[in-house]
Amino acid sequence: MDFQLSKEHAMARSLFKDFAEKEVKPRAIEVDETEEFPRDTVEKMAKYGFLGIPVPKEYGGQGCDPLTYAMCVEELSKVCGTTGVIVSAHTSLCVDPIMTFGTEEQKQKWLVPLAKGEKLGAFGLTEPGAGTDAQGMQTKAVLEGDEWVLNGSKCFITNGKEADVYVIFAVSGKVEKRGKMMKEISAYVVEKGTPGFTFGTKENKMGIRGSSTYELIFQDCRIPKDNLLGQQGKGFNIAMHTLDGGRIGIAAQALGIAEGALERTIEYVKERKQFGRAIGQFQNTQFQLADMATKTQAAQLLVYQAAMKKGEYQKDPKVSYGMEAAMAKLYAAEVAMEVTTKAVQYHGGYGYIREYEVERMMRDAKITEIYEGTSEVQRMVISAGLLK
Amino acid sequence: MKIVVCIKQVPDTKGGVKFKPDGTLDRAAMLTIMNPDDKAGLEAAIKIKNENPGTEITVVTMGLPKADDVLREALAMGADKAVLVTDRVLGGADTWATSQTLAGAIRNLEYDLVITGRQAIDGDTAQVGPQISERLDLPVISYAEEIKIEGDYVIVKRQFEDRYHMLKVKMPCLITALAELGEDMYMTPGGIFDAYQTEVTVWGRKDLKDVEDSNLGLNGSPTKIAKASDRVAKGAGEKVIPDSPKEAVDYIIGKLAEKHVI
Amino acid sequence: MSLKVEECKGVFIFAQQVDNKVNNIAYELLGKAKDLAADLGQEVTAVLIGSDVKGLADSLAQYGADRVIVVDDPELKEYRTEPYAHALASVIEKYKPEIMLIGATAIGRDLGPRVAARIHTGLTADCTQLDIGDFPLQPAPGQEQKKNQLLMTRPAFGGNTIATIACPDYRPQMATVRPGVMQKREADKSAKANIEECKLDFTPNNKYAEILEIVKSVSNVADIAAAKILVSGGRGVGSPENFKILEELAEAIGGTVSCSRAVVDSGWKPKEMQVGQTGKTVRPHVYFAIGISGAIQHVAGMEESDIIIAINKDESAPIFDVADYGVVGDLNQIVPELTKQIKEAMAAKA
Repeated sequence: MDFQLSKEHAMARSLFKDFAEKEVKPRAIEVDETEEFPRDTVEKMAKYGFLGIPVPKEYGGQGCDPLTYAMCVEELSKVCGTTGVIVSAHTSLCVDPIMTFGTEEQKQKWLVPLAKGEKLGAFGLTEPGAGTDAQGMQTKAVLEGDEWVLNGSKCFITNGKEADVYVIFAVSGKVEKRGKMMKEISAYVVEKGTPGFTFGTKENKMGIRGSSTYELIFQDCRIPKDNLLGQQGKGFNIAMHTLDGGRIGIAAQALGIAEGALERTIEYVKERKQFGRAIGQFQNTQFQLADMATKTQAAQLLVYQAAMKKGEYQKDPKVSYGMEAAMAKLYAAEVAMEVTTKAVQYHGGYGYIREYEVERMMRDAKITEIYEGTSEVQRMVISAGLLK
Repeated sequence: MKIVVCIKQVPDTKGGVKFKPDGTLDRAAMLTIMNPDDKAGLEAAIKIKNENPGTEITVVTMGLPKADDVLREALAMGADKAVLVTDRVLGGADTWATSQTLAGAIRNLEYDLVITGRQAIDGDTAQVGPQISERLDLPVISYAEEIKIEGDYVIVKRQFEDRYHMLKVKMPCLITALAELGEDMYMTPGGIFDAYQTEVTVWGRKDLKDVEDSNLGLNGSPTKIAKASDRVAKGAGEKVIPDSPKEAVDYIIGKLAEKHVI
Repeated sequence: MSLKVEECKGVFIFAQQVDNKVNNIAYELLGKAKDLAADLGQEVTAVLIGSDVKGLADSLAQYGADRVIVVDDPELKEYRTEPYAHALASVIEKYKPEIMLIGATAIGRDLGPRVAARIHTGLTADCTQLDIGDFPLQPAPGQEQKKNQLLMTRPAFGGNTIATIACPDYRPQMATVRPGVMQKREADKSAKANIEECKLDFTPNNKYAEILEIVKSVSNVADIAAAKILVSGGRGVGSPENFKILEELAEAIGGTVSCSRAVVDSGWKPKEMQVGQTGKTVRPHVYFAIGISGAIQHVAGMEESDIIIAINKDESAPIFDVADYGVVGDLNQIVPELTKQIKEAMAAKA
């Protein structure tokens, strides 16, 4: 057991922090206000390898562990939740499944440019009638000769329209399981620009407003047979594996948002005066801050533990990290919501004003309790692990 | 081509300078960073390397063993080799002795171009770069804002208060970098992990070439500190409530004169 | 190769000229050199280096040079490190000064270290104070206390520390001196220079840089981030028209006007002038915060200024927590009077 970051990890953290402060923070208000996807920031992150952190070097990545990746999302999210989720969705939800389940040809074709950041990735599982419940999925894939033909739609897709490569799940047939006919799900890689693949409306969101959230529409969208990711019918497993990892990314995002709000609040209460003294001198403020900091720290330990577990899994696939990832995501998301809400409260009237940024952090925090499995779903995952 | 970049680890003053209860600087409590002008010099070197494949960058620092950190950072940004010059007998050096030491190290290396930062944020002297060039008998261009390689020559935009000169000199030469010479560059995550796998060359006194003991360390420094004191920590200063505007103005004028502003 | 301490006499200054105009720093150095020379009972010599510059010698005499050594050569037309270093180092070796002062300008900070390295002596950078005194300051057992040393005081660490430095064993004692700190003397318009010409060989070698182009900067729009002195106004100034009194103060003291966010939001001033977290971060030598309450977001953009002077009528304004000098009072009365007195002080100095 070691709670001390290695020198490498400490330096990586300082790199992400430095980058976030200089390149991301100055644009955070504007990105939120205009809902503009921060394309230039993404290009800069690509240049410095931030889009391929946990990918082996032979595939154009940085060859780092999941902890390094989690720290990257954490530090970015401290100053801008939007930027955090762009990296998280790209890495956890698109890069990871191709890296894990892709053939050598698929890795060369997609993983290498994704890891280098030449291409951006996204993940399409959710549909209007189906979130975590995969049996509700309507999008269909039919094999016609050398091509799969996709029809249907996906919704709430992060990095939608901005991404070049999409990992898409579709019903590829029916199988009998325990006497019941079940939908068979498969995973596919679809590139932007493929005929029949278009984008619907852009969602106007409460938070992470600079991230591009779109509906994906497939109308007789034909993709090569070789775009099938993993075995036919293994889509559900691929999705579940991917979401386990994705939860670490979102947990890191939530953690970062909480840390950012906490930092702001500490600064503020030291400066802000009421009744002749800094509000930080009031015991109520002090006690609340103590709780906020303690919970944030606990969240960090859970997130890092899950990331390190995933690192162990990469060396030894017998290690499981799904429960740790779910705990980290559940807890960090709830802490983020609580800490940002209190941060707004302790900023008083200023907290309600855009320029002071804590209200944005509160709006950004909310989504972390919802996407990639709501807090309720995390509890299901955790309890299922306990009771199995 | 081969580039040597001199870098220094300095306390970070950006997050505010820390003081001990007695009012003296608490250096131990301050984080250290790569000196900003030196970083700009390294960034310029990396840019040259990117434009001229085959270029090799060696970073050199003189300091305590913990200056290893700043060398790792340079490696993670894209330097190829790193040299740490550290020895107790080198401590307490002024710019004369520091430039002797660094020149003694650089003589062991191959170079076409030596880059130093214009000045370090702890000493603010701007003297070490030009003095290294003198020891190595190289042409120097200080205050470089842009640099371009043309064959065996460098073309440098050299900044003055009210103008700039475009200068051309033949390599080998030394330039001192203004912050403007660099463009913000970062390490890469993978570069960091590689940097800690790279061996840093450590040199002591005996490894310095063509340097006399009498020119090194505290004893070899022509300048001696007669007195050093820290300014009192910044915080709330004085506040006066004058009885009349005149009294207020007299107070301000007095302070401005005391601080040599007027 | 170094000079013998006992052979060195005289206080020398490098009389920086550009485009055959003497830089003000030369006169400032002469003013200080005169005091130091008086303490030592020695003379002041100005070293004038350039091409066709002999005509500038009289002005140096007028500001206090007892003698002007002129090194004149076509190779010295524009400043370049090597020929200038060669000129100054040669003059030092020939005339053996005890003290050599150079302006801490973009030229002096390049020339000084190169020359000091060449002649083997110490150099103290960016001095703000020079005195003659003993080294060590207090007698110490087992150490000779040397009399009449140049004590060079300089700030370091971004102004957070201050050190006094001596160069007891090598000559000349060299310092670069920050412009604007030393006082020049009243010019004696009748003074004529006692000129000594120093002929040297300037055969170009590999260290002579070739000048491809010289571009003089045109007067730029006031960049508040680059200003040495900022006169910053907040909502307390009251109206856009009333910023006039700040502009007058800025003009008198050689500063630039900036403002707080409230002023920009009210449409009184453009965004380019805004200091603060959402505006520009500034770090001038002097920051006047006038009618600025000192919201955190403003303070974040200016707290690293060297000297912060706040004028505000609200005694509990947070700006006073960061101000070095806080004055509680009415800016409408204080600022115009301050401008008037600064003008008088400047006029007296010029």
